Amino acid sequence: MQKSLHIDPNKCTGCLQCEMACSFENHGVFNISKSRIKVFAFEHAGRKVPYTCTQCAEAWCLNACPVDAIRVDAATGAKVVHQDVCVGCKVCTIACPFGTVNYVADTGKVQKCDLCGGEPACADACPTGAITYVEASWTGLDKMRAWAGKTDTQPRAA
Amino acid sequence: MGWTKKILRVDLSTGSIKTEPLNMEWAKDYLGQRGLATKYFVEEVDPKVEPLSPENKLIMTTGPLTGTAASTGGRYSVVTKGALTNAIACSNSGGYFGAELKFAGWDMIIFEGKAPKPVYLSIEDDKVELRDAAHLWGKTVFQTEEIIKSSHQDPQTRVCSIGRAGENGVMYACIVNDLHRAAGRSGVGTVMGSKNLKAVAVRGTKGAGQIKDPKAFMAAAKAAKKVLADNPVTGQGLPKYGTQVLMNVINEMGAMPTRNHRDVQFEDARKISGEAMHEKRPTDGKTHLVTNAACFGCTIACGRISKIDETHFSVVNKPQYWGASGGLEYEAAWALGSANGVGDLEALQYVNVLCNEDGMDPISFGATVAAAMELYDLGILTKDKIGLEAPFGSAEALVKLAEMTAVGEGFGKELGTGSARMCAKYGKPELSMGVKSQEFPAYDSRGIQGMGLTYATSNRGACHLRSYTVASEVLGIPVKTDPLVTEGKADLVKAFQDATAVFDSSGTCVFTTFAWTLADLQPQLAAACEGEWTMESLATLGERVWNMERLFNNAAGFTAKDDDLPPRLKTEPAKTGPAKGLVSGIDKMRPEYYQVRGWTPEGVPTPDTLKRLGL
Repeated sequence: MQKSLHIDPNKCTGCLQCEMACSFENHGVFNISKSRIKVFAFEHAGRKVPYTCTQCAEAWCLNACPVDAIRVDAATGAKVVHQDVCVGCKVCTIACPFGTVNYVADTGKVQKCDLCGGEPACADACPTGAITYVEASWTGLDKMRAWAGKTDTQPRAA
Repeated sequence: MGWTKKILRVDLSTGSIKTEPLNMEWAKDYLGQRGLATKYFVEEVDPKVEPLSPENKLIMTTGPLTGTAASTGGRYSVVTKGALTNAIACSNSGGYFGAELKFAGWDMIIFEGKAPKPVYLSIEDDKVELRDAAHLWGKTVFQTEEIIKSSHQDPQTRVCSIGRAGENGVMYACIVNDLHRAAGRSGVGTVMGSKNLKAVAVRGTKGAGQIKDPKAFMAAAKAAKKVLADNPVTGQGLPKYGTQVLMNVINEMGAMPTRNHRDVQFEDARKISGEAMHEKRPTDGKTHLVTNAACFGCTIACGRISKIDETHFSVVNKPQYWGASGGLEYEAAWALGSANGVGDLEALQYVNVLCNEDGMDPISFGATVAAAMELYDLGILTKDKIGLEAPFGSAEALVKLAEMTAVGEGFGKELGTGSARMCAKYGKPELSMGVKSQEFPAYDSRGIQGMGLTYATSNRGACHLRSYTVASEVLGIPVKTDPLVTEGKADLVKAFQDATAVFDSSGTCVFTTFAWTLADLQPQLAAACEGEWTMESLATLGERVWNMERLFNNAAGFTAKDDDLPPRLKTEPAKTGPAKGLVSGIDKMRPEYYQVRGWTPEGVPTPDTLKRLGL
């Protein structure tokens, strides 16, 4: 069974524990500028939205890479950047429709979410359940279930 | 390690910017943030200094856990001599600014002198420079943040700034960061304004990587987060209702100061409560509250984000106030609401937003309006003098006075001096409800006796955040004590004061202490910071910080006479509720407290006490 990150922005408080967990897991420091997941604030609407790679089944970044540095992790389905192969050409950052592959000036290579090998640190650190790691085929079904619960199955006579 | 071990020293008079190593000898004794910055301050500044003179300094400081994954690890503090109080001031704020300062590689910034013209400090990691702020002067906090972020072409830049209140010398001006978090009390924004310093913009990409034992730290932080999540206050009450969870509770127990402390229960408390913020409005069918919000690293998320009813008189035809904004928190809801007898939730939020955008402490502002309304009620202030009718309960008056105060228009200029100076001017100093010229927060000392002692002895003037005995006397944390008696309160207040000083010096938020004790903080500090951090050493450190602040105030001219409450709380009994018939027992508690502290009957730490604390 494949799992994927599931994000519910309505539960996000903007604490950035996910960004810290990501940077710590991947870089060994608390440095949100190195995080692969980002929380965006829309102050006027009062919304906070976490965003990261959704691991497209057919990945533009992977297809665009001229040196095959982005490969599929068979265990998790994650599209993983192999740092020793990446040449930092940034073509993947252009190909990705969502902007979730990013160039890192320090290393001269790109980085993206790799699902931490199947135990995503962001989901583990999220205190509100805004980021969860769920069965991929369950994606969206919680929303469907919520709407089903609201369906009026006993309409009153007109 | 926790610290970056580097500080910035900015001489605004000459424009010189220097880098210094952090004094690690002091860090061992004072930890960081409140403790360590106050140590720097008292070593460098004459206690008699005039707060608004160039000789006063202003320190922005992080703690060792700021910017780490510790829950609530995003705090920063501003230490200076308070404009409002003439006492040591330390105002603490959340948001994201503190963590960003740490990420840029700095433990603290010491501002000295006075800039010849308005400037702001720009920090991009090691690149630090003073820039012209002529285009920002006269702008609100919201505008200032927007202009700086757009000119730096970096939305990740974090900004703290003063609004027009700080520019115009409102004595309780604050420093606002991330739109609606504030280093709020004692007039720290007034001091910043007096130095012609409009803002600090910071972008850090280095991170907080200097953790002594990262593995142990992550384990300790995770365990402590679980304690917060499992606790009913930090895990449920605060996320759902924010600090406003208290409005109905405190009102029920007859400790809700109302109409300048004439009453102790507010008939409209429910209308301005956390529960009311969740109810759908009849006008537009929406709730006042939009969502809760967290500061950096916080797994509690008590912050409130609300939208004002677009049809409300205060904002009709003002679409700039229709978006989501911070508030209401309990203290603001009380000070703008109950203190003035105003039960109009939408009006309170509008005034709260004005306080945020112009950088005014809503507690001191609201309480000063309450004093003005009493002077009006007594006929001492008139419609002619104020420029409008200002009876208790008037939302219209509250709104208009808020619009006048930050910009110093008409009577707003006098409101901007704070209740102590204003009441003294009109021959009624006893009507100022505060201590050391700083207005009380939202708990009546007759119904919660420990808070009376808390206020009277707080080193920064009346304040609930120096020893929040409400936790014990109302909520039973860590043990339930009777709010109506004075017995045992001296020990309770001392214990809370010392422990709070440790939390304030660490980079974490004092709200964690609804669930955490020092035993939850200690493993995080011990894993993050070099040196030995034991329960014993931390407890002593808290007491050391408290006594250091006290020594500064004593040298500044404060005496036991200043550790007192206004006569109303000692002579006019509570009229209703569980505390009916009671006055504050401050005169009984004070000498007990001095004894527990190891101070003389005059409130001076004895040589033995100083020696024991290494002072």
